[in-house]
Amino acid sequence: MDFDLADEQSLFKDAIDKLVQKEYGFEQRRRYAAEPEGWSRRVWSQLAEQGFLALPFDEAHGGLGYGPVELMLVNEALGRGLLLEPYLSTVVIAGGALRAGASDEQLALWVPQIAAGELLVSLAYLEKQSRYNLADVATRAELRDGEYRLSGTKIAVLHGDSADRLLVAARTAGARTDEEGISLFMVDADSAGLRRRGYRTQDGLRAADLILSDVAVPAANLVGRIGGGHALLQRASDYAIAALASEAVGCMQAALEMSVDYLKQRQQFGAPISRFQALQHHAADMLVEVEQARSMAMLAALVVDDVDEAERRKTLSAVKVQIGKSGRIVGQLAVQLHGGIGVTEEYAVGHYFKRLTMIESQFGDGEHHLTKIAAAGGFVSVTP
Amino acid sequence: MNFQPDPADQAFREEVRAFLREQLPVDVAARNRRGFHPSKEDELWWTQLLYRRGWSAPHWPVEYGGTGWSPQRRFIFEEECFLAGAPPTCAAGFSLLGPVLYTYGSDDQKARFLEPTRRGEIFWGQLFSEPNAGSDLASLKTTAVRDGDHYVVNGQKTWTTEGHYADWLFCLVRTDSSSKPQRGISFLIIDAKSPGVTIRPIVSIDDAHTLNETFLDNVRVPVANRIGEENAGWSYAKLLLEHERAFSAEVPRNKRLLSQLKHIAALALDGGARLIDDPLFSSRIAEAEIELRALEWLTLRALADMDHGADAGRPVGSVLKVRGSELIQKIGALIVEALGPYGLIAYPELDFETLPGPEAAAGKTADFLYRRAVTIYGGSNEIQRNIIAKGFLGL
Amino acid sequence: MDLRFTDEENAFREEVRSFIRENLPKPVHAKMLEHRALSKDEVVSWQRILNARGWATPSWPAAWGGPGWTAVQRYIFLDELHQFPAPEPVSFNVSMIGPVIGTFGSDEQKARLLPRIANLDDWWCQGFSEPGAGSDLAALSTSAIRHGDHYVVNGTKMWQGMGHRADWMFTLVRTDPAAKKQAGISFLLIDMKSPGLSVQPIITIDGRHEVNSVFLDNVRVPVAQRVYLENKGWDVAKFLLGNERTGIARIGMSKYLIRRAKQIAAQVQDGDRTLAEDAGFRRRCAEIEVELKALEITQMRVLAAMGEHAEKPDPRSSILKIKGVELRQAASELLLRAAGPLALAAEGEYDPPNPEDAPADTEWGSTIAPVYFILRAASIYGGATEVQKNILAQAVLGLPK
Repeated sequence: MDFDLADEQSLFKDAIDKLVQKEYGFEQRRRYAAEPEGWSRRVWSQLAEQGFLALPFDEAHGGLGYGPVELMLVNEALGRGLLLEPYLSTVVIAGGALRAGASDEQLALWVPQIAAGELLVSLAYLEKQSRYNLADVATRAELRDGEYRLSGTKIAVLHGDSADRLLVAARTAGARTDEEGISLFMVDADSAGLRRRGYRTQDGLRAADLILSDVAVPAANLVGRIGGGHALLQRASDYAIAALASEAVGCMQAALEMSVDYLKQRQQFGAPISRFQALQHHAADMLVEVEQARSMAMLAALVVDDVDEAERRKTLSAVKVQIGKSGRIVGQLAVQLHGGIGVTEEYAVGHYFKRLTMIESQFGDGEHHLTKIAAAGGFVSVTP
Repeated sequence: MNFQPDPADQAFREEVRAFLREQLPVDVAARNRRGFHPSKEDELWWTQLLYRRGWSAPHWPVEYGGTGWSPQRRFIFEEECFLAGAPPTCAAGFSLLGPVLYTYGSDDQKARFLEPTRRGEIFWGQLFSEPNAGSDLASLKTTAVRDGDHYVVNGQKTWTTEGHYADWLFCLVRTDSSSKPQRGISFLIIDAKSPGVTIRPIVSIDDAHTLNETFLDNVRVPVANRIGEENAGWSYAKLLLEHERAFSAEVPRNKRLLSQLKHIAALALDGGARLIDDPLFSSRIAEAEIELRALEWLTLRALADMDHGADAGRPVGSVLKVRGSELIQKIGALIVEALGPYGLIAYPELDFETLPGPEAAAGKTADFLYRRAVTIYGGSNEIQRNIIAKGFLGL
Repeated sequence: MDLRFTDEENAFREEVRSFIRENLPKPVHAKMLEHRALSKDEVVSWQRILNARGWATPSWPAAWGGPGWTAVQRYIFLDELHQFPAPEPVSFNVSMIGPVIGTFGSDEQKARLLPRIANLDDWWCQGFSEPGAGSDLAALSTSAIRHGDHYVVNGTKMWQGMGHRADWMFTLVRTDPAAKKQAGISFLLIDMKSPGLSVQPIITIDGRHEVNSVFLDNVRVPVAQRVYLENKGWDVAKFLLGNERTGIARIGMSKYLIRRAKQIAAQVQDGDRTLAEDAGFRRRCAEIEVELKALEITQMRVLAAMGEHAEKPDPRSSILKIKGVELRQAASELLLRAAGPLALAAEGEYDPPNPEDAPADTEWGSTIAPVYFILRAASIYGGATEVQKNILAQAVLGLPK
């Protein structure tokens, strides 16, 4: 076990930290949010140029072949900067599903485009009724005349409004909540019969709802085994949880630093409010939570590629629970310590709070994962 | 960064386990796992046994009989011993006094005390807190007045854990009351049999005797028993209090408690069904498990820092103390809740077998009660938060 | 001791409930049910409906034209509004400036202003906080310098709730810079149309515009618009801040939030059943409901004590504020978690809802997260939770300042 950055990892971290620091001041972020797509194509190109979009993909397919630790470093930096770009949706989530299930030919075709920043892909898996159950898929796909026809609706597709392609989960067999019988299809965003409605999300990012009415998809765009899509959704979820964990740590660290600075600078009752012990202890509690969360983000990086599926899933559930809890406490206290300005749009701290809040409801909230861990028997073995 | 565990450490863990399997009698292990306060005989006997294997003072420098293990291995060793139910070794001697002695003691003092301590021949008691010097330890009032080649010590000390076992005591005394509180303190070693030393029990909330108050009435202590320089004792004590911070989360204790919690929840029936099958109760257990998982990782990070010989500026020690102690209390409360009516029974240490209820219930409520102190001792959690806020956040 | 409501009180509750049911305009109720913002007209017309019934000013004695209710009646009235849910009468008017005028105003001020306040003919806002004076309100620095029969006011005020709708602002200004902090403050009424006064919106994290900054640049305010004595404004402010805490726990609001969470949970699928059937969700509801029950009783105890010594604010009302906020925040969190991914879309992004383009009904979900976000402010304004705890420690427990 080694908690220090190797030389190459340090270079890596410096590069992404520098990029975020240079391009993602709070005012700059505001401007990017006002761009047509709600994020910056220019920053996206920079991420591409410096290799960050190619990061987790195999070298054989045109990627850089880095591991979960490097991805952790990147996501933490993205969290600090509250990036608006579709990194999570394209590289982590859709990228994760593709890495888990796409054929070598497909990867060789798509990865270089993703790496170059030319292809945005969003995973469309959520439906109105599905909540946190990845197996709950009502959208149907039928094979007709050598191509698939997809019909159904999808909601909350992250960055689905600017995606060039949508990786859609659709049922090719079985009942609505069966794990078997789900298949993934790469669907062109401009396909006939596909309507998208994009919107801003509570945390300032973008998402879309989709209506698919008999959308034609070539058989070659089936990703993974027919009916075997659930496993790919689970892998995407694994990667998403690990990435959200480190992103949340970045958010929390920034919110903590911001709060400490504010305590030192804000004067009330003739002195900086940092003098008040009640407020100091709030800050100390935040730090305790950030460190616990950081430990779990590291643990996520360790297990995300673990071959023991039960252990991996259970541990990632634990990560999500801790991240949600720490994020809630840190976000709420950061706002509280800032007082009134903490609840304004004008100050960054409220935006960290909002992002942390919305991270909790992606890929299962704390309650959901807690139940899963409990059902799996937890971690500690029973001895009298 | 690479979070894969080291296979050599895994092999070491196996080695420790095998040793424990061979050497630790079943009845001793059972007694310790129940959470009753250990006996002096068990502690010294186990220390002697470890000594023969060369393992009684793992964290001391090799030249003083330490093992030279990495912090990670020391943690593994401690965890395996604790989980197996091995008796503790005298914490006051090994974790508190030892490092002060080998760092600041004279050659003569080292020769007199280090080896016998390591062999399990001396039991130590700590005399720091006073009735009016708790969190504000530097305000201590016990005086030591020089009289030729002796100090004459007068005062009252409190919270002397296992003081009734002690052969020797180490004590903070005021040798100069004219300067700042921290400046006039010296560090003395006192023979517990000296005339004028009276040790009286304090019965704790668990109805047990492990704590004591110690009265020092004109106790004559040779000047040769002062460690380091006169009036410099505070800096030695500070070193001692900051020592081994990475271990302060008590991960092994938390693990044991959790495992016991699950055992009890599997025995307890709630409306005919096992409590552990209740989704609500089991998700509360899971919540504690997740916190422990995060805590264990935080500990591993701290150990890695220690391994580098520096604390790398991370606030880890205080964070570990705060979260680890809170978790002990949280799990303890869940255990008592799971016990239901059996939690009411006060199990006496010796004949709990004749009492009603599952054997697993023995000692649990008492331990829960005693562990209310974990957020108070060793620098209360409020003090730890101050340390975090001032020392690390710069407030 | 009897912790139950009397028959009369229960009958009163029924009367209030049926009045609201019969008179609250349906579109307003629909908006309230989904936590949507109301237009100025909607607020004004509802307050006038209440005023016509004599209920727009629950805390006012009959002498001021109020209903002269007991503390328990006032509590029941607000609780019913919150649970229904219907809008409260505008608190800046009814709970703040009204009682100030009634208590400190000249006879002329009372006769002229009180009826207009009650009927919302004038909408009032509060000009207390400043960028440098939050929890430490007495540190305010907005100055008012006397020139003949006018004050000339300069400074910046912050957090004016609905200031952009207001006709008038009641404000604290410094009239004697040489005096000690609290001693040199006066209480002025300022016309929002005064030359030199400008309002700038502050957008809050729920994306809404409710609060504002108000800039005062050589604003001339007639001396006749001062309430009470010069340099004695702090007494008025203290009265105002300690006044009317019957509804401070907002228990009805928490109840409504939980009710809505349960309604949503009954519609939301969670695995192979609805979320409402999930034991964990039910436990979380129950946890909050238990505490609400306790708070309700605490509230009644404080109200009973108020009936006896009405003149002094009860420091125990800090308990109501602390717990009331905590439970409201917890209930909003419950609501947010119940909605889950359906609460992701930002508010307003779906307006106007077009069934053709909006396949999934995330529209209703978009007003949920903002409730949770903005409720974080509740532990900051009106005496932050930390300040309330200081009050309890010092005023109730006798610990040193």
